[in-house]
Amino acid sequence: MQLGHESPVIEFRDVSYRVNGTQVLSDLSLQVASGETLVLLGRSGSGKTTTLKLINRLVSPTSGKILVNGVSNGEGDIIRLRRGIGYVIQDAGLFPHFTVERNIGLVPKIEGWPEGKTRARAQELMQLVGLPLEMASRYPHQLSGGQRQRVGVARALAADPAILLMDEPFAALDPLTRDELQREFLLLQQRLHKTVVFVTHDLREALRLGSRIALMEAGKLVTVLSPKEFLKSKDRWAEAYVRAFGDGLESAADRGTS
Amino acid sequence: MNVIRFIAQNHTQVLELTLEHLWLVGVSTAFAMLIGIPLGIVISHRPRFNKPVLAGANIIQTIPSLALFGFLLPVPWLGERADRLAILALTLYALLPIIRNTYTGICGVDPAVVEAGRGMGLTEWQLLFQVELPLAASVILSGVRVAVVISVGLATIAAAIGAGGLGEFIFRGLAMVDDRVILAGAIPAALLALAADVSVGSLERRLRPR
Repeated sequence: MQLGHESPVIEFRDVSYRVNGTQVLSDLSLQVASGETLVLLGRSGSGKTTTLKLINRLVSPTSGKILVNGVSNGEGDIIRLRRGIGYVIQDAGLFPHFTVERNIGLVPKIEGWPEGKTRARAQELMQLVGLPLEMASRYPHQLSGGQRQRVGVARALAADPAILLMDEPFAALDPLTRDELQREFLLLQQRLHKTVVFVTHDLREALRLGSRIALMEAGKLVTVLSPKEFLKSKDRWAEAYVRAFGDGLESAADRGTS
Repeated sequence: MNVIRFIAQNHTQVLELTLEHLWLVGVSTAFAMLIGIPLGIVISHRPRFNKPVLAGANIIQTIPSLALFGFLLPVPWLGERADRLAILALTLYALLPIIRNTYTGICGVDPAVVEAGRGMGLTEWQLLFQVELPLAASVILSGVRVAVVISVGLATIAAAIGAGGLGEFIFRGLAMVDDRVILAGAIPAALLALAADVSVGSLERRLRPR
């Protein structure tokens, strides 16, 4: 489903972010179209996570604007904004004192859904992300890393947000589990058509999951390319990435777990 | 086993003083929790209040208890009744462990968990009551446990200003130079401290996050 020239779901307009004298982001302008998976690729400290947190306003820009559905996200109710955006982080960030079911039902519950509906939704999502229903009453510490991450994805999807922010969600997983979850993410995205912004430092993940890749370096957006363009790009940083991963895929796979 | 005979002979009074003792400790601990937990929450979210609040509680802790009881004696409404005075002093002493543990407990909650909650649209109050306090509960309770054990000991001194409690036996025994009487106050006080330690401790373990 190609949506063509609709107005972007998320738009960065000349966004800069400075903290304690450090320029974290400079003049970032970027658009994310409805239903696409935009991958923010870059090394540690390149500003990709900050970019993500600017969208749900966990971070406020020093200058510039971020529009979500055409409205500046600095105006209006920040809580409403966040509840309309799914958020998945590395290691899932699950509440350790909540069962799987309560974790998944968190946003529906605080949104005041009736208990039965919340429970039904949690079970529906467990099936969607491939978690056996008998895990509903378990606690996060009783799950494997891959299962926790599935719960994290289910929790983000609970209130059916149109936007999903994912911050290195699969980075801490072993290669096999990561491969499995990446494949399932693609299948899920084919069905749900969420607007996804996905942060990673893994080029292979970026190529596999992204409809477009935004390459970041030292707080600046270097280029935005489709996966195919990225591999052929003559851009200095894109070439450096391809070289680093292309030299040995085994070593690239090892890097992904770090 | 003269002590046991003495306690058996005076069991109504021992019981009465034990209950008085429990009342002093219970009420003062409740006040200290009512003041200390919110203060601990505030300083964990507003770091600039952290130093002055903890320093204040620390200073109170260094005042010798007998002196504090004495200082408070001339205060108008308080000085009228010794138990009010004792409760105020015990409350002040119990503050430090409760404030400090509330602060430590909340600061010890995994920031990733808090940020995930915030990112999903929990309000600051929801974060506090659904995430931070439940996850800090066992640490906060261990502060309460320390406070209770300290209070049980300190409350014996309250008898010096006539607030009652098991200290009465201890002071009377000292005046009479009679070990039996001293121990009739000291042993139940020690047992109270032990019981409080064990019971709050088991509650604390039950609330420990997995």
